[in-house]
Amino acid sequence: MLAKIMSLFLLGLIRALTGAQARWQGCPPKAEQRIYFANHQSHADLVLIWAALPSELRSITRPIAAKDYWTKTPFKQWLTTAVFNAIYVDRAKTGDQDPLEPLIDALESGDSIILFPEGTRGNQEEPQAFKSGLYNLAQKFPQVVLVPAWINNVQRVMPKGEVVPVPILCSVTFGAPLALQEGEDRAAFLARAREAVLALRES
Amino acid sequence: MSSFLRNLSPSSQVGLLFVVVFGLLIVAGIAALIMSLRDSGEDEIRTQDIKEFSSLLNTSWIMCTVFWVGWALGETVATLLFALVAFFALREFITLSPTRRGDHRSLVLAFFVVLPVQFWLVMTERFDLVTVFIPVYVFLAIPVVSALANDPQRFLERNAKLQWGIMVCVYGISHVPALLLLDFPGYSGKNAFLVFFLVFVVQTGMLVQHLAARKWPRPPTAPQVSQSFHWSSWLIGLAVGGVVGGLMSGLTPFKPAQAVAMALIACVAGSLGHLVMKALKRDRGITNWGSEGRSVTGASGLLDRVDALCFAAPVFFHSVRWYFGL
Repeated sequence: MLAKIMSLFLLGLIRALTGAQARWQGCPPKAEQRIYFANHQSHADLVLIWAALPSELRSITRPIAAKDYWTKTPFKQWLTTAVFNAIYVDRAKTGDQDPLEPLIDALESGDSIILFPEGTRGNQEEPQAFKSGLYNLAQKFPQVVLVPAWINNVQRVMPKGEVVPVPILCSVTFGAPLALQEGEDRAAFLARAREAVLALRES
Repeated sequence: MSSFLRNLSPSSQVGLLFVVVFGLLIVAGIAALIMSLRDSGEDEIRTQDIKEFSSLLNTSWIMCTVFWVGWALGETVATLLFALVAFFALREFITLSPTRRGDHRSLVLAFFVVLPVQFWLVMTERFDLVTVFIPVYVFLAIPVVSALANDPQRFLERNAKLQWGIMVCVYGISHVPALLLLDFPGYSGKNAFLVFFLVFVVQTGMLVQHLAARKWPRPPTAPQVSQSFHWSSWLIGLAVGGVVGGLMSGLTPFKPAQAVAMALIACVAGSLGHLVMKALKRDRGITNWGSEGRSVTGASGLLDRVDALCFAAPVFFHSVRWYFGL
């Protein structure tokens, strides 16, 4: 109940501030298992992509949150668990545990996920090189559709280090799905995925 | 007929006005529907024209509904509604004017301090402060906040953009509800007519100017800025706006000659303001605030609809206040 109210409040807030417009350019919004991967420039990226999805897809699409940061206080933990239904990922590698493990679990149970393959927030115009997690998941789950997305303008809403957001219209552009080609190696695939995200910027 | 109208109470007079306006909109809507049904799709320009007309009609519906709700629920709600319009217009303006990180605090100030304070001043009828709060105090405060952000790059340009955004979107729009609250002796309850007068003469002038420019095409005065603006079509629009204003003087507290003068002032400010906004749009490399929206920002082109009003409202408000010593 409380989580429902919170999510409605957040949706309203985000729409009033940014419009949170989704532009389905390369594929329609469809309830199939997907990995959305996008550029990462602000904390608000996650919330924006979450708000841009239609509500039916929102409930089956899980964002990824850094465990150390998002479980620090009970409120943060509640927000990420109850409202966003996030998957926690350990940023600090502990022992021999695969950091992709929780993602693999989620994908095996049929959820879609939102991934930021740059790993950290960039402050450059262009996204940084993609990390190999996307490649590993694509290899492991060939049936899951990979959808590139470009998030526009969010860094202007709330730059790093600021607390009050400013109203600026933002949009999320979803591109045509990508598939891992036979025999394609890691570096080539990751470069192609990054190009696919970048190509959406000008469209 | 006119004595019947005069004997109605002010609120039924205003109610009647809304019935007439909504009736006209319904008629125009039916006409648009028939036109689109008869359109075979062969003539592309015609199809485009019909589409444009329908979208214009849609925004007119929305604007009229905003006015109606504002009037029905009282001045406070009306002011809040216009504050919302100003918020969305400023959001659209800022989205299309690139800002830097150093502008963040100034933007927060503009959206969450200047805008609410300005509309609160309107609501509490502190009209002396309404007219000077932004041009005097805010215009000095914004550069201070920007300077404290420690980013000298293109400082003047960035500040000018923000100040223009505030001037057009917040200052301009806030003068529309201010008109509703202006106290004319012996005119209480009928201030909605004043807003109607302003909107109607400005829109009529602009429409006539547009039609005149189409009917008698001439080389434009400032082709880099506007393909349609020419002094002769502008004068025609102005003349018609003035005459319409004179004919409407019965609705206003003005005598006919005063009404013509007020209409002319509003039309000059509105049409030239529209030209200025066109120059701003050309500078940003877009044809209208909305077309970019379809591709990138999601903006609905609200500013395109209200830009003339943004310039006309403050000038009109000030002239009325000054001339009648209110």
